[in-house]
Amino acid sequence: METIAQMFTLPLLLISFRYATPLILAALGGVFNERSGVINIALEGMMLFGAFAAVYGSGVTGNPWIGVLYSIGAGLAFALILAIVCVTFKADQIVVATGINIFASGLTIYFLQVLYGVAGTSPRAPRLPSIRILGMRYNPITLIAVALVPIVWFILFKTPWGLRIRSIGEHPSAADTLGINVNRYRFICVLISGALAGLAGAHLSIGEFSAFVREMSQGRGFIALAAMIFGKWHPVGAFGAALLFGYAEAISIRVDFAFIPSELIRAIPYVLTIIVLAGFIGKAIPPKAIGKPYFKGED
Amino acid sequence: MINILIELGFALFSIVIALLVGIAFILLAGESPLDAYHALYIGSIGSWREFLNTLWRATPLIFTGFALALPFKAGLFNIGGEGQLLVGGFAAGFVGFYFTGIPGGLHVALAIIAAIAAGALWGLIPGILKAYKGAHEVITTIMLNYIAIQLTIRYGIERYRIGGRQALPTIQDSAKLLRFNDLAELPVVGSLPFIEAFALPGLRLHFNFILALLAALFLWYLLWKTTTGYELRAVGFNASAAEYGGISSKKTIILSMVIAGALAGLAGAGEALGTHHTFMSGMDAGLGFTGIAVALLGRNHPFGIVAAGILFGALSQGGLEMQFVGIPSEIVTIIQALVIFFVAGLQMLKWFLLKQREKGEAE
Repeated sequence: METIAQMFTLPLLLISFRYATPLILAALGGVFNERSGVINIALEGMMLFGAFAAVYGSGVTGNPWIGVLYSIGAGLAFALILAIVCVTFKADQIVVATGINIFASGLTIYFLQVLYGVAGTSPRAPRLPSIRILGMRYNPITLIAVALVPIVWFILFKTPWGLRIRSIGEHPSAADTLGINVNRYRFICVLISGALAGLAGAHLSIGEFSAFVREMSQGRGFIALAAMIFGKWHPVGAFGAALLFGYAEAISIRVDFAFIPSELIRAIPYVLTIIVLAGFIGKAIPPKAIGKPYFKGED
Repeated sequence: MINILIELGFALFSIVIALLVGIAFILLAGESPLDAYHALYIGSIGSWREFLNTLWRATPLIFTGFALALPFKAGLFNIGGEGQLLVGGFAAGFVGFYFTGIPGGLHVALAIIAAIAAGALWGLIPGILKAYKGAHEVITTIMLNYIAIQLTIRYGIERYRIGGRQALPTIQDSAKLLRFNDLAELPVVGSLPFIEAFALPGLRLHFNFILALLAALFLWYLLWKTTTGYELRAVGFNASAAEYGGISSKKTIILSMVIAGALAGLAGAGEALGTHHTFMSGMDAGLGFTGIAVALLGRNHPFGIVAAGILFGALSQGGLEMQFVGIPSEIVTIIQALVIFFVAGLQMLKWFLLKQREKGEAE
């Protein structure tokens, strides 16, 4: 009974937003690229590189906000690889994204050694200021993430631009017939998702912490992917799922369960995603053209 | 034949470009590329012992490469090699330490069977979900990777570990996979000529490598000499046409995923029973994901994967020597990622050239 009471305290619910922040950002990015028909399993690598770049930028300039810009730039740089190789040259999206994840892991540890001469944790860098809301400290990236949810919803569902993105993901050749430049839209959507994943990395390294630790993204890019699917490719749904997964992480760390090991609680997001994907609770249907490169003049 | 040569040419070409780009990273680290690549060479194939250790490094990569390649032939993308390896390794490590008093050969066999069964189960789940529910295998296998991490590395080790080490207890001697440097001490085998060539200190090659070669033969035979293999490739070419021809694509999808999971499970068994003599945190070390690169470079052909696995094994093994002379060994990881980019990119170049030629012929 006490455990259950612990599970629903206000601080626990409030802190869930902090755990959920990187998931929200990367999941929103994922909504963009998947709605346009591109799979991005490189969110993980983009987040990791963003986390490193944030610490580097913050450390070099002494200004954590410049670090945030660096993280966005880092996410964009990796997204550019994915966009050029997969959208422009139409190589396999899964293969290239896997390459990006391996690249991110190698590159960040390489930079740790070359720039700082360490193998595990970077020197400390100035972190973002925190803001107190309802007694809970948040860094500004959490607020940005929450604010982005309605903005992304508005762009995708209330603007012609969003309509075009969604039509490209469902039926690219029909969109092409209407004069929409399919590959240009996909290119831009991949870049947006890279920028958001990079920003998610900054939250981990200079938002919640003040250094970079090797492999610090710890699969959050993949949980974000799961949140996006669980939220059925909808920004508000993805936000809700990210919050739920963030909550799962929060209770697994902060609540002591007598009857179930906390390690197993952390597996819940993944199990839920499989269940939803298999259609056991409400079917999750991906955009129709997902994962397929678009060639003009073919069907 | 010409085709094989072209494939080989493309593969070699992408490795050469990756190594060339790697030079930039070595220079950026303030080191000499010549020294770095010399160390890479010395550390990987510079001596007989290092060559054998390269084969040791290659073994799990060959298996995880197979785990991607077989479902790929049936049109599926198995990103789950990592998780399948983990559950396999955990099952082997568990059977290896938990049961005592089983005779040597039998204990190893049981542990390996447990690994195969666990890996196969981890392939069966996404296989069934894909075949009957249409759930995208890329996503389900990624999720299963993380479920495997939580179950084995986090929960499993926490439950059984002794002391501070993030590992299961060490396996019994009877569950240890035979190492090549123990060959000379065996009764009959030990008296064979040249057997002392394997009795080297620091040699870590174990018999899982032989299993990997046998698996390559098995896969080649399965894919090109059996009806099942024909059906598998037919589903990969065109699932609906195969279905029309009386092939059950559901059965084929599930079978390919189960075999793939079993093979990745074997990779885990080798690491647990041969390499570490326990199941430990971090022993997966991205082997599942590197296996994707190996399969890609090996053009999804069993023998190509063995070759690509040995190449990637050489890179990892040589990377140690690089680290030893003070050059960041992560350059090797970067080179491996670059190989992926270039192989994927070149594949498109080939496709593009083919397209141009078709166009030319049509006109």
